[in-house]
Amino acid sequence: MSEATELGLKTAGKDARPIKLACRNVWKLFGANAANFIRERDGKASMAEVAAAGLVGAVRAVDLEIRQGEIFIIMGLSGSGKSTLVRCMSRLVEPTHGKVEFEGKDLLKISDAALIELRRHRMGMVFQNFALLPHLNVLENIAFPLGIQGQDRPTREKRAREVIELVGLSGREHFYPRELSGGQQQRVGIARSLATKPEIWFLDEPFSALDPLIRREMQDELMRLQTMLRKTVVFITHDFDEAIRLADRIAIMKDGEIIQIGTPEELVVNPATDYVAEFTRDVHRAKVISAKSLMRACDGSEHGGVVAPDAKISSFSADIVAAGKPFAVVNGTGKPIGEVTPQAVIDLLAGIERPRAGA
Amino acid sequence: MTVTASASESRPPVQRWLAIWACALAAVLLVFLLQESLPWAVNYPAEAVVPVADWVSALMRWIKSNFSWLTRSITAVLGVPLDFALSLLAKNFKIGHGADMLVLPRLSWVGVCAAAYLAGRAAGDWKLGALVGGCFLYIALFGQWTSAMLTLGLISIAVPFCIVTGLFVGIWAWRKPWAERLIISPALDLMQTIPTFAYLIPMLLLFGNSPVSAMIATAIFATPPMVRATMLGLSRVPSEIDDFSEMAGCTARQKLWKVLLPSARPTLMVGVNQVIMLALNMVIIASMIGAGGLGYDVLLALRALKVGEAMEAGLAIVALAIALDRLSQAIAHKQAKGSVHQEASRSFWRRYPNLTLAIAILAITTLLGLFVPAFAALPKAMTLTTAPLWKAAVNWITLNFFDTIEAFRVALILNVLNPVRAFCEGFPWLGAVFLLGLAGYQLSGWRLAALVAALTAFCAVTGLWEKTMATVYLCGISAFIACLIGIPVGLMAARSDRFEKIVTPIIDTLQVLPSFCFIIPVVMLFRVGDVTAMIATVAFAVVPAIRYTNLGIRQVPPALIEAAKVSGCTKRQTFFRVQLPLALPEIMLGVNQTILMALAMIIICAMVGTRDLGQEVFIALSKADSGRGIVAGLAIAFIGIVADRLFNAWTAKARARLG
Repeated sequence: MSEATELGLKTAGKDARPIKLACRNVWKLFGANAANFIRERDGKASMAEVAAAGLVGAVRAVDLEIRQGEIFIIMGLSGSGKSTLVRCMSRLVEPTHGKVEFEGKDLLKISDAALIELRRHRMGMVFQNFALLPHLNVLENIAFPLGIQGQDRPTREKRAREVIELVGLSGREHFYPRELSGGQQQRVGIARSLATKPEIWFLDEPFSALDPLIRREMQDELMRLQTMLRKTVVFITHDFDEAIRLADRIAIMKDGEIIQIGTPEELVVNPATDYVAEFTRDVHRAKVISAKSLMRACDGSEHGGVVAPDAKISSFSADIVAAGKPFAVVNGTGKPIGEVTPQAVIDLLAGIERPRAGA
Repeated sequence: MTVTASASESRPPVQRWLAIWACALAAVLLVFLLQESLPWAVNYPAEAVVPVADWVSALMRWIKSNFSWLTRSITAVLGVPLDFALSLLAKNFKIGHGADMLVLPRLSWVGVCAAAYLAGRAAGDWKLGALVGGCFLYIALFGQWTSAMLTLGLISIAVPFCIVTGLFVGIWAWRKPWAERLIISPALDLMQTIPTFAYLIPMLLLFGNSPVSAMIATAIFATPPMVRATMLGLSRVPSEIDDFSEMAGCTARQKLWKVLLPSARPTLMVGVNQVIMLALNMVIIASMIGAGGLGYDVLLALRALKVGEAMEAGLAIVALAIALDRLSQAIAHKQAKGSVHQEASRSFWRRYPNLTLAIAILAITTLLGLFVPAFAALPKAMTLTTAPLWKAAVNWITLNFFDTIEAFRVALILNVLNPVRAFCEGFPWLGAVFLLGLAGYQLSGWRLAALVAALTAFCAVTGLWEKTMATVYLCGISAFIACLIGIPVGLMAARSDRFEKIVTPIIDTLQVLPSFCFIIPVVMLFRVGDVTAMIATVAFAVVPAIRYTNLGIRQVPPALIEAAKVSGCTKRQTFFRVQLPLALPEIMLGVNQTILMALAMIIICAMVGTRDLGQEVFIALSKADSGRGIVAGLAIAFIGIVADRLFNAWTAKARARLG
């Protein structure tokens, strides 16, 4: 959890990191004449219009920007179009309309050769059902993308052993996929996608096929890798808890549309629609909401401690209740910008909604 | 309210169809009764026969005279590997001529048996090895070695050819859906319904009476399952693996060869197994155009009515078939399970112990054969023969049961076969075209109606109506009896696990036997004629009826059976009200397969003196009359296609109703 908190800190406030990948009004419609339909309407159509034309709108009018080094999670229930969207981003699925910009360049306009080159060296992907090649062992599976690039055997096996080490699969190099457990297989999938040192890392529901305990372990593993590697991550999930645990920012999708994009805290504090609110209702709020959201202006009373504005409530809730005094919220220079009272923390933990003074 | 409305809505169509069918049957009956005044509607007028056969003959003659350079070079090119394989396994290598001829020996039988054992052990366990090795040993001990190795040699060259061709055609069909829909699928359907005999005629004409033409016929006949397996395998690769290959940056070629085909390997191996079995079946039949080998032995023995010898060669075919089937199935099974890691090791010997050992044994025994004749060929003294035994058994049966068998045979002919035959042959061709077209329309629509009517009309227009109906009658009766036996057996197997355990190995074995083998024991008891053909066909065609019935009943979801039990159904009610209706589409599929297999077998039964289209092909084969043979072959294929399409449409309708 501590890594997540740490990373959460980075995205708060103005983000100066460059935009790695952006979708500009991306549409994916299925059905006859879909391309004409959306071009004639200049990239604008309501759900009713799409349905009236006999088309199915898998992805509709998606706009988003993913910044370098962030974990961007696309969350939605099955059929919400999240898998199609991530495949539009890598052009596994050709979008019907719109632009997908990779470092500012339109991905949809580059040649096939350039696309192959891009995928070989700068993109990596992990799949829900692992997508390991059944006829190759762990080492060969991981070295496969490198072999495709034309690297010779010693070079690619050396690199493959490095990533095997990284994901903790040493000693199983010569096992075949069917001899491994689900968690181990996904470690191979992760290692394989990292072997090419990609800049952007697509994870399509990577842990959904795993048992809950293994899933948690793999989430921790992912966070461990991310603190070392700092990839730009696009992560798909249908599990809101997973999204909250891992995300810098979350995009919530429904019926092919993005309803809201924001940090976990923003979604919990300010859900855009009832649909989003429904997801956030059962979330453990103390773990998501930070001091800055709960603070009020200082009223001059004595402080029992200090906390950073981005510190999650859960990280100091026991202390503040034990101390029985408000904690000062201080910014980077040590200047108090507000305070959090024990009562506010208790209310939050008890689930009592009160109009907040500070936020 | 709504219920009554929908009931009254759905009623009229059924009643209307009943009325239409009644009128149609009455009309056909009328035509039949009025045949004095409308003879052209009952028997197709001889003067209006379209001479398709002559056209085909002319075309073949033209091809032969203009493309002989091509066929000759094909023969020469294919002859090289074939000669090598045949010399290696059966004939010895002969280098040079006359006195200073250098003879290199063929592989020793001891070595081949040992290699077969090792192959079985590598693909499965020692039990499989013992079975496969035992089959080869059996062939050697019973003196069929040279013939069996000729057959095996032909297969060993034809099968790789089929696999490669099938793979490429399958890939093409998978890449280009239009090609699959317009060219490949119809061609495959036709190739699999044209009787095996009909392939032989053009081959005979183009490539002459030689092992090469037998091999080409085999290759063409055995390729379709590989094409289908390739298409199926490629389309079944999980989409994530497809996505992965894209994301790894594979080019189209890398994706196909490094990702998709290896991932499809289990399905491809199933195709290989089928190719091997079909090739064996065809090589046996192709003995008629010079393939030699076991099939030729059976053929010769049958012609001379030496039942003992025929039985022996037939049993050798069975041994070869079982060995090849079990071996290739074990390999396919292993592929499906996936690989298991081993200690990495550099040396060839450690990585492939069985292969190394097999090569070593083959080399040593073959070399020994130069000095010790017993290794080169099994000594005569060691061979066993059961021929006299079979002969004695047949003699004993004919002596003691002749009257019973004869009475049975005659009763069957007089009371069943002849009346049905008379009915079929007298059936007005126009009526058949009309009724089948009507059935096609009711089941699917205009397209099916037109197809069915056109194909039926083809049989009449080419002047083959009587022979077509003779085929239909024998095939129909055989398929009917096969279903009459097969469906109850399948039902019993579905209701009792113990019974299923007994039935399964039997039908598995029946299925791998080449069709030729079914004729031999029957002909021993019933001599030649329609009864023999019918019994052999029933034995051959009963398998799918059993298999699909069993499968259909067993795959009814357990939840539905539990639901029936909970609502208080007795075992009987559960069976008749729940299991049987739900299994009906599967059972119909089995019936469809039974009909097609019966058709294939009936044609081969021309050898035991039927008087149908098969005989027509058979005669054309002996006269090398390509036009006549091909047209008759097409007529047979069309019967199959008509039956298949109508049944499929019916099954599809039943399935749609069940949801």
